[in-house]
Amino acid sequence: MKSKINLQLCLSTITISGLLMFAILAPWIAPHDPENAQPQMRLENPGGDYPLGTDHLGRCIFSRIIFGLRISLFIGLAVVAFSSLFGTILGGAAGYFGGVLDEVVMRLVDAFLSFPSIFLALAVIGFLGSGLNNLMLSLILVEWTGYSRLARSSVLSLKGKEFLEAARSLGGSDFYIMSRHILPNVLPPVLVMATLSVGYAILGIASLSFLGLGVQPPTPEWGSMMNDARPFLRSHPLMMIFPGMAITITVLAFHLLGDGIREKLNPRSMNEKQL
Amino acid sequence: MELMVEILSFLFKRLIALLPVLLLVSLISFALFYLSPGDPAEILLTGPMGPPDPAAVEEFRQREGFSDPASVLYLRWLSNVVQGNLGYSYVSGERVSDAILEAFKPTAQLALISLMISLLISMPLGILSAVKRGSIIDGLGIACSLVGVSVPNFWLAYLLIILFSLRLDLLPVAGYGNGGDLAHLILPAVTLGISAAAVTSRIIRTSMLDSLEQDYITAARARGLSERSVVFKHALRNALLPVITVVGLNFTYLLNGSAVVETVFAWPGIGNLMTHSIFSRDYPVILGCMLFLSLLVLTMNLLTDICYYYLNPRLAHEEQN
Repeated sequence: MKSKINLQLCLSTITISGLLMFAILAPWIAPHDPENAQPQMRLENPGGDYPLGTDHLGRCIFSRIIFGLRISLFIGLAVVAFSSLFGTILGGAAGYFGGVLDEVVMRLVDAFLSFPSIFLALAVIGFLGSGLNNLMLSLILVEWTGYSRLARSSVLSLKGKEFLEAARSLGGSDFYIMSRHILPNVLPPVLVMATLSVGYAILGIASLSFLGLGVQPPTPEWGSMMNDARPFLRSHPLMMIFPGMAITITVLAFHLLGDGIREKLNPRSMNEKQL
Repeated sequence: MELMVEILSFLFKRLIALLPVLLLVSLISFALFYLSPGDPAEILLTGPMGPPDPAAVEEFRQREGFSDPASVLYLRWLSNVVQGNLGYSYVSGERVSDAILEAFKPTAQLALISLMISLLISMPLGILSAVKRGSIIDGLGIACSLVGVSVPNFWLAYLLIILFSLRLDLLPVAGYGNGGDLAHLILPAVTLGISAAAVTSRIIRTSMLDSLEQDYITAARARGLSERSVVFKHALRNALLPVITVVGLNFTYLLNGSAVVETVFAWPGIGNLMTHSIFSRDYPVILGCMLFLSLLVLTMNLLTDICYYYLNPRLAHEEQN
């Protein structure tokens, strides 16, 4: 059992490092400019100069996928960073201080959770307009709730523990106790959740862009590449298949990593439902 | 009888607890609407002839009360909503509530069938994985569910379309057909069902594993009961409790999936209504969809809780104490 988990961790770590390398080195790896349209080369099949063929405007699909990786990883990681920070602080404070703050934050979490996530994201974009900032905002508003609940329950489970009483009786301030005693205990589950939600964030970006409400053309993004491929589904199905494979591999790598870390840290510590 | 009273008082308490959540839901929705950059008066008056006359816009704003402060607008809107009036579509002039109810039928139809498909896949898979823990089957099951949650559902939809509609020519590519007939329903339902099953099978596995580790299972085994009887009569029955939660959860998951999948299959449900309204900046419909879906999810959660309570009052007692 143990070796299998390690294999999973190894495999996902290697894949993610590879993906990061690809994203950083995109301009050197990609054989063509991802936004350079060559009308005379449109809808080419894979092979030759174009490893994965060209799209309906004659752009290199392989180059667009490589640059699309950049976009997905960058936005995905940014969304996770902001939502975990925001959610953890709010949920942690709610758990630590309790009272009215706790009540307000948790009801707010309930309210946000009552919107099916993609519909909430759609509504945010629908009202505030599409574009990179609103795309990120919409996904942050969807994701922060999970961290709040997790951070709050972690803090509550620490309350009343002797080491906290000890720190307090020694005159430790709230800030000291939170940063030195509570944070180290809250961080591991938050990190697991963050790793798992990178995958979901990337799926969210792709879904919204596929609907034409996320990353806007001509920027290479996997979801919008699939949207471009819709009219050519019958004649050029590969145009649809390649970006989808890229999404699946990337998301799977993060899910494997998150899942592996979770199993390793403590198989019973967290409810799968929460994640 | 006593249980009935208990359930009713439980329901009552839950409903009271929902009030502040509903208030926040309405505040969040209205805030987004209020923050939208477009001026509703201008959108409403923009016709095929181009942008409206600024004087007409001002006159309209005054008449419809759009110039009032946000708090007044919110309270007026809220009192309408409480009376069941969600306003009128900017585009079609139709009552928003009518448009939503009309779109809800196809969505509910799709959700119900995909829920069945998802349970048909995930129940056997989850139970088998748990019973054969650590075996190849278990590993395969986990791998499948990990891949399943990583695949974008709209991509899966297109893979199915390419295979079954374009290559094999067995099923229609998209559309609602004759009131959502089976041929048109299969592909979207299978797409959503598979995505949901990936999540569900994992949860069923975990809950079955928990159940198999209980003392009464060891006791049943010690009494010499067959493994079959242990798994199906003892473990499964208790593992089914969390499955109720799963069904409730699945419902939200299916709603979520429907946003994109309905667009792919041109299925005239809520997801489709929402995306169309966004493109035509039909704010009242977007707002109405948000409120409706939130209410739907809260109701489903409540029903799940009640089922849970009904089937296992012991848990509810523990929760109270």
